[in-house]
Amino acid sequence: MASNDSTSKTITVALVLCIVCSVFVCTAAVMLRPAQQANKDLDRKTNILAAAGMLQEGVSIDEQFSSINTRAVDMATGKFTDAVDVATYDQRKASKDPAMSDELGDADLAKIGRRAKYSVVYVIENDSGIDKIILPIKGYGLWSTLYGFVALESDLNTVAGLGFYEHAETPGLGGEVDNPNWKAKWIGKKSYDAENKQALTVIKGSVDSSRPEAIHQIDGLSGATLTGKGVDNLIKFWMGKDGFAPFLANLRAGEA
Amino acid sequence: MSTNVKEVLFKPVFNENPIALQILGICSALAVTSSLKVSFVMCVALTVVTAFSNLFVSLIRNHIPGSIRIIVQMTIIASLVIVVDQILKAVAYDISKQLSVFVGLIITNCIVMGRAEAYAMKNPPGASFLDGIGNGLGYSVILLVLAFIRELFGAGKLFGFEIFTVVNNGGWYVPNGMLLLPPSAFFLIGLFIWALRAWKKDQAEAPDFKIAPNSSEGETA
Repeated sequence: MASNDSTSKTITVALVLCIVCSVFVCTAAVMLRPAQQANKDLDRKTNILAAAGMLQEGVSIDEQFSSINTRAVDMATGKFTDAVDVATYDQRKASKDPAMSDELGDADLAKIGRRAKYSVVYVIENDSGIDKIILPIKGYGLWSTLYGFVALESDLNTVAGLGFYEHAETPGLGGEVDNPNWKAKWIGKKSYDAENKQALTVIKGSVDSSRPEAIHQIDGLSGATLTGKGVDNLIKFWMGKDGFAPFLANLRAGEA
Repeated sequence: MSTNVKEVLFKPVFNENPIALQILGICSALAVTSSLKVSFVMCVALTVVTAFSNLFVSLIRNHIPGSIRIIVQMTIIASLVIVVDQILKAVAYDISKQLSVFVGLIITNCIVMGRAEAYAMKNPPGASFLDGIGNGLGYSVILLVLAFIRELFGAGKLFGFEIFTVVNNGGWYVPNGMLLLPPSAFFLIGLFIWALRAWKKDQAEAPDFKIAPNSSEGETA
């Protein structure tokens, strides 16, 4: 028997091992892909429903999601568009692609660098028109980019829910953006004031509910000033003129 | 035989604990122990990978050329880790999201490779498999103890169920936020090693060197 250390034996062992291992890995990856894809879709839908405050226990996610209409919005014109196929459109990828996104420059309140030209929005309709609309939001907090959704009621002004599904803020401090009690404070707040200017804001400390502007204000998170500031900035950006404000104005006027 | 099996399986739990005695695999012990559920899955993943990598390395140990043995072990470990990661993504998506890169980093976890090189290369497949499980258990003991302390006192929960009602939710318990941050695991591992070495004195290492005073005058000053 030839020694294990001969050149031919070394090459043979290396080759056989590589082939066996690659077949093993490929088989696992290919066989599990459908389940993984299903999980990913389910996760995304759950996040959207949770943000909208519509997540119900015990009802299948797909069933709950069936009432939601996914549409794409052209951020430049603020109107619905069919330029991209929402089933395959990857907004996160698009916001990094120079051909599919715009440099924000000075307007970049949320510190996201680029904004995708098209944004996916989720519309829930009832007999009388739009019931709720769910908008994707993102922005930089203290350590990380927060990704989430904000849901608006049929007046396109009252917040129906807000939630983040991905961030890496400090657990116990900035991570409290996930606290249900804090998220509940958003519900019923108004995004725009009487002159239709963006007014929703996260303040430092507690909101004085006796003051008229309280309807636009959210308590800050104690011990997480910078995360709170980040959320404030991203709300101002996405609800403002470079975010969804033109689209919401069009929608209100029935011109989207 | 049965005493032998017991020894191979349980020696790594306290007597030759991979984290406490061999000081291997610290990085993931810091990173994933802020919640019990995630730690538990990490422990299972690492135990499975260590056991099977030991088994496969041991099966082909008589054919592994000495010059490429490390890379052969790495290839086997990496393949197993990728498969475990894929399975987690398919069946436990939420947890795999929280574990993120740490499952992938099992590849570089010193415990897996350390056992393949130190044990599986020299021992038969059955014993190697058990050694892998034993070392996985040793790793798991530390991780679960850390996660228990960190989740209970850092978030007032165990396995996600509320044990202490925290102040933010209108309760009485002020959570110790530091326990949720990685450095706290350093202190806890340190205390654990101290306790273990106070119990089993033979684990304490002889000092490598003696610290000399700054100068001969310094001694009297």
